[in-house]
Amino acid sequence: MIESIQSSAAFLASGFMALTWQMAVMIAVGCLLLYLGIAKGYEPLLLLPIGFGAVLVNLPLTGLMDEHGLLRFFYDTGVLTEVFPCLIFVGIGAMTDFRPLLTRPSILLLGAAGQFGIFLTILLALALGMSHLDAVAVGVIGACDGPTAIYVTSQYAPHLLGPVSVAAYSYMSLVPLLQPPIMRALTTEKERKIVMKATKEKVSQTVCILFPIAVTIVTCLIAPKGAPLMGMIMLGNLMRESGVVGRLVGAAENEIPNVVTLLLGLSIGATMQADKFLNTTTLLVLGLGMLAIILDTVMGILFGKVMCLATKGQVNPLIGAAGISAYPMAARVAQVQGQRYNKRNFLLMHAMGANTGGQVGSVMAAGIMLSILQGLGLS
Amino acid sequence: MDNVKFGVIMTTLGMGGTLLSLWVLTLVMAALKRAFPERPETLAGETGKEAGK
Repeated sequence: MIESIQSSAAFLASGFMALTWQMAVMIAVGCLLLYLGIAKGYEPLLLLPIGFGAVLVNLPLTGLMDEHGLLRFFYDTGVLTEVFPCLIFVGIGAMTDFRPLLTRPSILLLGAAGQFGIFLTILLALALGMSHLDAVAVGVIGACDGPTAIYVTSQYAPHLLGPVSVAAYSYMSLVPLLQPPIMRALTTEKERKIVMKATKEKVSQTVCILFPIAVTIVTCLIAPKGAPLMGMIMLGNLMRESGVVGRLVGAAENEIPNVVTLLLGLSIGATMQADKFLNTTTLLVLGLGMLAIILDTVMGILFGKVMCLATKGQVNPLIGAAGISAYPMAARVAQVQGQRYNKRNFLLMHAMGANTGGQVGSVMAAGIMLSILQGLGLS
Repeated sequence: MDNVKFGVIMTTLGMGGTLLSLWVLTLVMAALKRAFPERPETLAGETGKEAGK
């Protein structure tokens, strides 16, 4: 009898016995993410489930990531199959208004320059000795787009999914802190004061409806491997602009992304197991990820300067920083910085155009990367 | 394939391809706007309302 009580009591305390210092560190990391999400408001919709997932998966003997574990089921069903990021893209498309971009199509080129950091970071990662596919996964953090980063990483470097996702979402929320010093360093006061006139031109509803269809066809013909991402974002946008499927738009804006975000966050947190996360590669990923976003901003602003020269001073280079996918933070940063130097300057709509261009650009860049990898026989 | 070769291919084709693709999209957008310009729909709407009265 006493022996049975002793063995039962020992089993009850087995979690404490199995807890390693690495697990304790990762539980602390999970709690830090929870703190950032709850107390600091950094991307709470994602950092809260990611942080809690990280805490859960590092509690010993829970079996949550074992073959039939709950979090393993979410991960296998939604992340490995790439269903979660694609579903989130339907929501992003349904919530995005491309009119500012359609009003001034040339601004889309800023969305291309805003992706150059991805490729420069791949070069750096390769120079630091990372493998080809790991370098691609790290570079894609520069897309400044969580679902794109998850989509690419889950295909080519699933072992890096935890650090890549955490970096992508954390740095996205740090855009208002990261960008302003770079914007000030790379532009003159005269450039920052350039007033961009509001365009009075309106875009017809027919164009807004045809835009997602045309973009899907053109981009998927150029880079077929990007079809799941571009197809879903444009499907969401077509539903929005068509005006005939209000119920589906409502679901795409609310229920679908809400449920998927919860499950995606938990799944990402579940990849942050101590034995896989606590290593120098994670630090390298976090460092290079930040560099990718900085390089995106630099290249966007430099391209903005080129457009400023080409248009004889009609484009404020500050909106170049909005050519990344962090929507709408990057556009707001451009607006705030512009008004800081000229109170009569309203860059928001132009920056929104560049920002939505950045969304299209990041998906296009990912699609092109995937197609190149396929062409090289690496997929 | 060595890292240098891979890096050069990825950077050149990636940056060039992204820029070129988005440039093509700007042409598509411009063509769409030209083919379907905004029409003064409000005028037609007002007329319709008046006809309803």
